[in-house]
Amino acid sequence: MTTSIATTASTVAGETLAGGTGTIAGMPDGGTGLPPGASVRRPNRTLLHGLLTNKKAMTGAAILFIFIALALLAPVLYPDNPSKITGMASQEPDAEFWLGTTAKGQDVLALTIHGARSSLFVGLTVGFASTFIGILVGLASAYFGKFIDEALSLTTNVFLLLPGLPLLVILAAFLPPGLGTVILVLVVTGWAGSARVLRSQALSIRSKDFVAAAVVTGERPLRIMFREILPNMASIVMGTLLACIIYGIGAQAGLEFLGLGDVSTVSWGNNLYWAGNEGALLTGSWWVFVPSGLCIALVAFSLSLINYAVDEVTNPRLRKIQVRKIKVRKIKKSRPAHKPAQPGKRASA
Amino acid sequence: MTVSQTSFGSHEPVLEIKDLTVKYRGDTRSTTAVDRVSFSIGTGEIFGLAGESGCGKSTIANAIMRLLRDPAEIAGGSIRFGGKDVLAMKQEELRRFRWQDVAMVFQSAMNSLNPVMTIGDQIVDIYTTHAGYTRKESLRRAAELLELVRIDPARLKSYPHQLSGGMRQRAVIAMAVALKPSLLILDEPTTALDVVVQQEIMAQIKELQRELGFSVLFITHDMSLMVELSHRMAVMYGGRIVETAKARDIHAAPQHPYTQALMGAFPPLTGPRVPLRGLADGVKFSNIADLEEASPGHFVSPLPADQKAAVLQGAQP
Amino acid sequence: MSTPVSARPATALNTPDLTNGEAPALEVKGLVKDFHSGGLFSRASVRALGGVDLTIRRGEIVALVGESGSGKSTLARCIARLEKPTAGRILLNGTDVLKRDRFQASREYRSQLQMVFQDPFGSLNPVHRIEHFLTRSLTLHGKAGTPAQLRTRLDGLMTTVGLTPDMLNSYPHELSGGQRQRVAIARALAVEPEVILADEPTSMLDVSVRIGILNLMRQLRDKQGISMLYITHDLASARYLADRIAVMFAGELVEEGESLDLLANPAHPYTRLLVSAVPDPARTGSYDPRERAALRAAVMESSSCAFDGDPEQRCSAAEPVRHRVGDPANEHWVRCHLYRPPASAASHALSAEPRTENKASA
Repeated sequence: MTTSIATTASTVAGETLAGGTGTIAGMPDGGTGLPPGASVRRPNRTLLHGLLTNKKAMTGAAILFIFIALALLAPVLYPDNPSKITGMASQEPDAEFWLGTTAKGQDVLALTIHGARSSLFVGLTVGFASTFIGILVGLASAYFGKFIDEALSLTTNVFLLLPGLPLLVILAAFLPPGLGTVILVLVVTGWAGSARVLRSQALSIRSKDFVAAAVVTGERPLRIMFREILPNMASIVMGTLLACIIYGIGAQAGLEFLGLGDVSTVSWGNNLYWAGNEGALLTGSWWVFVPSGLCIALVAFSLSLINYAVDEVTNPRLRKIQVRKIKVRKIKKSRPAHKPAQPGKRASA
Repeated sequence: MTVSQTSFGSHEPVLEIKDLTVKYRGDTRSTTAVDRVSFSIGTGEIFGLAGESGCGKSTIANAIMRLLRDPAEIAGGSIRFGGKDVLAMKQEELRRFRWQDVAMVFQSAMNSLNPVMTIGDQIVDIYTTHAGYTRKESLRRAAELLELVRIDPARLKSYPHQLSGGMRQRAVIAMAVALKPSLLILDEPTTALDVVVQQEIMAQIKELQRELGFSVLFITHDMSLMVELSHRMAVMYGGRIVETAKARDIHAAPQHPYTQALMGAFPPLTGPRVPLRGLADGVKFSNIADLEEASPGHFVSPLPADQKAAVLQGAQP
Repeated sequence: MSTPVSARPATALNTPDLTNGEAPALEVKGLVKDFHSGGLFSRASVRALGGVDLTIRRGEIVALVGESGSGKSTLARCIARLEKPTAGRILLNGTDVLKRDRFQASREYRSQLQMVFQDPFGSLNPVHRIEHFLTRSLTLHGKAGTPAQLRTRLDGLMTTVGLTPDMLNSYPHELSGGQRQRVAIARALAVEPEVILADEPTSMLDVSVRIGILNLMRQLRDKQGISMLYITHDLASARYLADRIAVMFAGELVEEGESLDLLANPAHPYTRLLVSAVPDPARTGSYDPRERAALRAAVMESSSCAFDGDPEQRCSAAEPVRHRVGDPANEHWVRCHLYRPPASAASHALSAEPRTENKASA
């Protein structure tokens, strides 16, 4: 039986799993630590590839895609103003109005689909803005340390401690109504969470030798922050972004349900507000509030799926569960002679 | 009754490994970490397993203790301890086997001590769990054990972080020999320690071995250390053994180029400065053949002619 | 500035002046580094470096040897200006760089002094290709030129460190530890530095690969005249590579001298302790716990100094005076044995001795 260099190279993977030191003895050809035929990719490209093959990610992405498509196509599907009264009040779903009508007589389906535009827009904007601020604060804190870190951390902690909902309510009540206000208010209350997470990740990367090496080479701080530290945070930035988008959508709906959003726009939260206002809950007209609520939940769900998938792809241990199940079946069928290495037990730590 | 408690003749090896093969099953393919490795360890013998990272030595240690987890699995061969088949042991037998017959000191074990329990509690744990002693009796034995490794018994009340690295490692070794196993496996026991402490730990191990008479499987990449301590040793590369003989013989006359490279990688502390070469870049060993006896007791994996030429060529500075 | 050796006796804190007129490449004088410990409002500090004087001449490799916790990495980081020294001076080509560039190192300093780190896996950013590291070094210091010139320089660098130019397109994880370390050296070489600090460059590499890296470093010194500070805990490799060895203990230098002479005639108990502890198959079984305990005790606190009666320098328990050892040509000095190392640092460095054999004698 041959022991080719490939096998030697790939024993490193095994050795490190069992707790070895992980260095590779002198390799000839550009020395990969991988078996030949295994493609060699940048860490971030591996992430993308991993996501494209992951069921959770694909499911989540599909759902999200449907909603985004609906939001973009809304003016095409329902060119008229969805708030227009087009039918009898509080009609149950039927052939003409697939989701029935509201207490005023508006088409619920039109309202729901048009609602996607505002909700998704605000959600995405809040998500990106919060994450962006979080990145700036986190990187600056981690890189500069000392006083800047103290100051930024203090600010972050203050914003974290402030009770979110009351702050939302107060700000929304005092500022002029409009989508801009909603976005502003949500970003102000939402950035701190992502800042804290990103700061701790940036700190751990900051302490690595390659950052010190960049400093010694003479790189400038901005460049080190954005070209050395940030690329290594890709997966956690993505996770944070998804979490912030979910926050944006959910918090906007909450604000609007309380009537503090921009009541003139059509959005899922406002649909729920009107549903409450017009007594849909009392009269049991479920078709008025269920669709919007369901949409919010589905979008949040799809984003969570993608989030889980990102976790799975970046942490190989979470992936092993699938592999093991298949393997157990194989062992039982083909090799009764050898006792398998404890198939039922999971590797811990 | 553990295997250690049955007496076996001095001709019976404590540990016998034949054609052991361990594979790691990856997502797309499986790789062989250990490829038909055979060796045996006699009573009271110190056997060294040398090699660099990735050669499979730690995997063998884990295999002996049946500690391999997914995706690693034993794909072939046999492990016999005092005549008993280790791979066929059932759960209960395995529990007794581990720690009472064979004990292991893992790499960086001193950093894996439970940080929230005192040393004393951790040793007592061993006694109460495996040997069924009362707490009082266990404490008494624990104190004795610490004395054995030259730690003040008052330290039973200390937490791991209150001890220095060297002391922690000695405590870990003490825990390993607590139940008087027949075989002690040491996986890079001194890699994380300073050279001064390292020497003291090695002396400690030698002393313990003389007193308690157990066999030792000593795994390390530090050849000088290995030659100092071991009776016999084997050099591994890419999952296979390339050379095995008495430690002194390998040190005096290494036959395989890889062994020679490893031996030559340690600059001397005396004498004039001599340029050394180590393993030249681009030299690799594939298709490692089975061992053949080159001289009495000295086994080497023979090199095919073309590889020999390549090695000699690569060795030009 | 320089006077003939015989006319000037070695003074307490200065080594004999043998500079033959040329300014040394790197000089560290009285470097002190304290780390603030405890909470936000505590005043406590830990002294990592207690006044280090070190000189590296042009084209010389000096090894800094010591165990973990001795402060050698801290010294390297201070010289590389990754940490801010609490006190002391760093002179590069005679200029005090701490004074000249008060807040942070200047581009000029970075082009004169470079560093190679211990962990070959951690010192290269996994998201960049090899080409990126070398190109950045060249570009930042104006050595890139036209794309064609850049290409030539990159290829030249790779060849100098023993790698092939096609590896420029690879990512760090595709290379072995030894290859990564060569890339790190190439990155340092790109700026054409005068001094390279190598912080344990081989300790995380496989044994068979270490010699190759050490040989490369020798070559760089021989062919390009680059001075190096080689930090290690491995005495044997220090002897192999370095011209001079400086021994560090608990944040201070205790002995220094020409490599072969220092290891053949170690004068300080700590150096003797290190030398006796290096594994050597030729002297199996020579470990004596009593002797070891005596050495340990001598390191922490000596009642007598072997150089008592030194005509050039009186012994002192209060100040770290230096005695000359042996032939002046070796520039081998040792710190007076009577001087006691600072309690906290020393106890941390040489902690927890095993008890000696006979309890009655302890």
